[in-house]
Amino acid sequence: MVAKKGVKAGAAEDGVDDLPRVPLQAILLADSFTTKFRPITLECPKVLLPLVNTPMIDYTLAWLESADVEEVFVFCCSHSKQIINYLDKSKWVNQPNFSVTTIESHNCISAGDALRLIYERNVIQGDFILVSGDTVSNMMLTQALQEHKERRQRDNNAVMTMVIKQSKPSQVTRQTRLGTDELIMAIDPATKQLLFYEDKADDRKGSLTLDKSFLAQNPSLSLHNDKQDCYIDICSPEVLSLFTDNFDYQHLRRHFVKGLLVDDIMGYKIFTHEIHSSYAARIDNFRSYDSISKDIIQRWTYPLVPDVQFSINNATKLERHGIYRASNITQSRSSQVGPFTYIGKDTFIGHNTRISNSVVGDGCKIGSNVAIDGCYIWNNVTIQDGCKLRHAILCDGVVMKSGAVLEPGVVLSYKVVVGQEFVVPGYSKVSLLPQPVKQDSDEELEYADSNSGIIETTNTLENGDSTNDCVVSEIGKNGRGFIWSMSEVDHEEEWRHSVAPIPESKLIELTQAVYDDLEALIQDDSFLPLSDVRESDTESDDDNRDESQYFEKEVEATFLRGVNENVKDDHIILEVNSLRLSYNMALENCASALFYSMMKLALDISRNSGKDLVKSTNDVISQWGKLLKPYLNGIDDEIEVILKFEEMCLESGKEFAILFVQILHVLYDKDIIQEEAILNWASEKEDADESDKIFVKQSEKFIQWLNEASEEED
Amino acid sequence: MLDTNALVHDFLNKLKRRQIEGSKATAKLTAELLRSVISQQRLPNTNQAGALIDAIKAIGEQLVAANPVELAVGNIVRRVLHIIREEDLSLTTSAIGGLSLSAISDDENDVEQDNYPVLSAAAVAAAARNALRAPSLQTLLEGVPHSAAVLHSNSSADDSEEKTKSTDKNSRSRKLKHNVIETVNDLIQDIATCHEEIAEQAVEHIHHNEVILTLGSSRTVIEFLCAAKEKKRSFRVFVAEGAPRYEGHILANELISRGLQTTVITDSAVFAMISRVNMVIVGAHAVMANGGVIAPVGLSMVALAAQRHAVPFVVLAGIHKLCPLYPHKPEVLLNELKSPSDLLDFGEFSDCMDSATGIGFPLHVVNPAFDYVPPQLVTLFITDTGGHNPSYMYRLIADYYSADDLVLQRKPTS
Repeated sequence: MVAKKGVKAGAAEDGVDDLPRVPLQAILLADSFTTKFRPITLECPKVLLPLVNTPMIDYTLAWLESADVEEVFVFCCSHSKQIINYLDKSKWVNQPNFSVTTIESHNCISAGDALRLIYERNVIQGDFILVSGDTVSNMMLTQALQEHKERRQRDNNAVMTMVIKQSKPSQVTRQTRLGTDELIMAIDPATKQLLFYEDKADDRKGSLTLDKSFLAQNPSLSLHNDKQDCYIDICSPEVLSLFTDNFDYQHLRRHFVKGLLVDDIMGYKIFTHEIHSSYAARIDNFRSYDSISKDIIQRWTYPLVPDVQFSINNATKLERHGIYRASNITQSRSSQVGPFTYIGKDTFIGHNTRISNSVVGDGCKIGSNVAIDGCYIWNNVTIQDGCKLRHAILCDGVVMKSGAVLEPGVVLSYKVVVGQEFVVPGYSKVSLLPQPVKQDSDEELEYADSNSGIIETTNTLENGDSTNDCVVSEIGKNGRGFIWSMSEVDHEEEWRHSVAPIPESKLIELTQAVYDDLEALIQDDSFLPLSDVRESDTESDDDNRDESQYFEKEVEATFLRGVNENVKDDHIILEVNSLRLSYNMALENCASALFYSMMKLALDISRNSGKDLVKSTNDVISQWGKLLKPYLNGIDDEIEVILKFEEMCLESGKEFAILFVQILHVLYDKDIIQEEAILNWASEKEDADESDKIFVKQSEKFIQWLNEASEEED
Repeated sequence: MLDTNALVHDFLNKLKRRQIEGSKATAKLTAELLRSVISQQRLPNTNQAGALIDAIKAIGEQLVAANPVELAVGNIVRRVLHIIREEDLSLTTSAIGGLSLSAISDDENDVEQDNYPVLSAAAVAAAARNALRAPSLQTLLEGVPHSAAVLHSNSSADDSEEKTKSTDKNSRSRKLKHNVIETVNDLIQDIATCHEEIAEQAVEHIHHNEVILTLGSSRTVIEFLCAAKEKKRSFRVFVAEGAPRYEGHILANELISRGLQTTVITDSAVFAMISRVNMVIVGAHAVMANGGVIAPVGLSMVALAAQRHAVPFVVLAGIHKLCPLYPHKPEVLLNELKSPSDLLDFGEFSDCMDSATGIGFPLHVVNPAFDYVPPQLVTLFITDTGGHNPSYMYRLIADYYSADDLVLQRKPTS
């Protein structure tokens, strides 16, 4: 593998000069860096958990292969040995046009760490696709890639394209389908640029705060709460180096995407690509595990469905009512298999057993009079007579003794034994491994050496049988396993992410909450808001005005200092420029501010008579007028100066009012203002109020003269 | 050897992932793959045909399992097996026939050594084709003597070589292989030209001022209609759009660009329009041994409507679509359920698909790709060998396939 990699890298380097054909690469993160699937993930990596009897990673790899990806780097961290072993045995290695390389690490605790490590390895040569190993999709990447490449050619800063999908714009649906929070995105409708991303919106209040600069900078923007993030990203190689530069980036969305959107120094941009008919979703928790399993059985993911052999999964046949049956099933005539059920091979089903909406893996033994509804039963599970199961997950090797009952939302990890007639309470999680005493921080490490894990398992088994009586009692007579305790808060929130349907009371609560929010908003709107809005309006106006006043003062101070200390013109311009940047002002603001300070200077020099004032103005302008030059780039800027002057005449410098025409003439003589600007200004003012026309009328003769002069020239 | 393995593997993957669409493309690719397998296969000295058949069967079994719905794969595998058997038979018989003539032309050996294999192969191929093309009860009953006789008359000059060659095992194996490959080439050629062959017959079936109805889109139907148009027939075509993939729109586009008078209707309007129609012409996915048709979804309805108004229901099918199997439970076993996303937008309906709310059952969407049209609803099949009754299909099958190959699965050897 190493040699192969070396060869490839070498080949790519050779071809750098003549535009090499870079193979399409993908990074598959075979670790979710979360603990949503505990306690199962203590013993088995999440990507190897069976989804309708096929490991999740097979769905992702099969999709990548069909989407013409040529090289996949599988990054494994927790239980890396298991993943590597699985991949070695699977059909994915030794494919002619599809190479799978594993990258192993033991100390990465987040997606950010993983990407930094991959960057160090220097294996990514071009644009790549970044997915996690729990993505189920059947989309074709061709179009998205094409769009990404075209954008890259136009704009080198377009580093990432995010795949999104339309979903129902209802918070309840999002919660009930995928168990995730509401997601709000702001997208530029024309360019599809992502401007804002908030997945933990302040949804309890139903409000959202947007920086007003968004509205200022973007001519149009559409806010969506009906888009689903598919967690499929097409990235440019820069993304990896960005992760290396910002070593505090951990989470792909929470840190990276938001960081990029907030940071406007580098100007990197993220774009979105919306898919319509294809399917894409990510298994984030038990709830989405349930939904996506059902989608697969309902064939939304075609061709990644159980009766198509996209990986080494067993050949199954699809029968009426969406029942998938593998080969060699022994089923009693009196048993009933309901619609949308998957039965794995070599499974035995006893008399009068009812199974509906469930997935039953390979080699399971299900006794008589068992009722199974909405369960996910993995391989080699034994369920004895008379058990009742509803909406539970049973991992490999679980044994349920006769008469045991699972209430909705139960998760039984590997090889758990439920004692006779024992009722496992709802939402409980049972594992042979004791619950880790210390809860890690939110970015948890699922890494545990798989070997030691197994040893630990056997240890606990023995302990449980011989010495530890509490284990026996915890899960019934002859049972084996620990029921993980949950804190009160956890317990309250458990229904959100469980495989069990949401209890009706919670559902009503959820819907009610949304309506309450709406009502609260409406109320806000009808009573407070008018004043509210106005307040904020004036506030922002005030803000702006304050800003510009400060700016003008600063410019004036700079200018005066320049005059008094004989600073070079260039330096003054430099200082004004830096002021402009720090106050975020436009060029014409500088021009008018500088002009204003010059006039003030002139005013200060001679306050007495009109003639002196004209003279001093003439002096100041002729000495410092060239300062204005860099800021007067067009007619509009010059008009701005005239307007400023007008304003000044009305407000601070009443002395100028009578001399308006003369000073205008001076400005014209000194080439600071061209005749066109004056003419435009005059014509602009024509429709204005009488009061505004004072100065135009004053300068009527001058304007007329200008007109005649220009005609003569013509 | 490695090479073919990779080829087979690649093709298997494509079949599994449903990346090849259309029975013609599949048939062509299968035939080409099997040709390269045959050419790379090393043969033992004895029982070469047997070895070749085993090899093809082994691959064929995998191919069929990869996509059991695409019947064209199995058809082509069986055709190739049949070809091997025929070639083997004709070689043996020609060897026997050659013995009697050997004494006369021994001295011509050296002269014709060079161009001999080509000639002979062509002759054998022609003989085999003759045997296939002229299906008569006589050939069936006396198949062996007949083909030998054809060969004998066509290549009597070369018979002496065949005798000498037959003693040399090595060259004979090459000969068998060579002949088989030649015939498979003919088969590939036949598949490639089946549209034209079928289209040639268009004028006999479409008359002036007729109204033709079709559903969905089929390359064969386009060629057929256009061929009639080129022969200056003027007629009108109703195109039912063929939900949910709406391939009828593509067909209508194509027809209008060729200057045909075309009307698009919805699938549900078929019954209303059928009384004005003179003939229904449609394509097929596969033709079963009993004359039943596996056809794009919606055709069963059209066939029933056509029968109600006694409108001829004509199915165009290249001979590679002819499947020697009988449709037991076809509506379950030979159908393909595609993604419901053709019907509904997932985003809009995601709340109905939701099982977590616990309100009753979630919405179910079914999107089958095929319909089964029973033989009594079909008036006529037009294949590249001419028009046939549904009841005649089993006879065609007897000509193209060996009864030994109908079951491709090898019996598990203990």
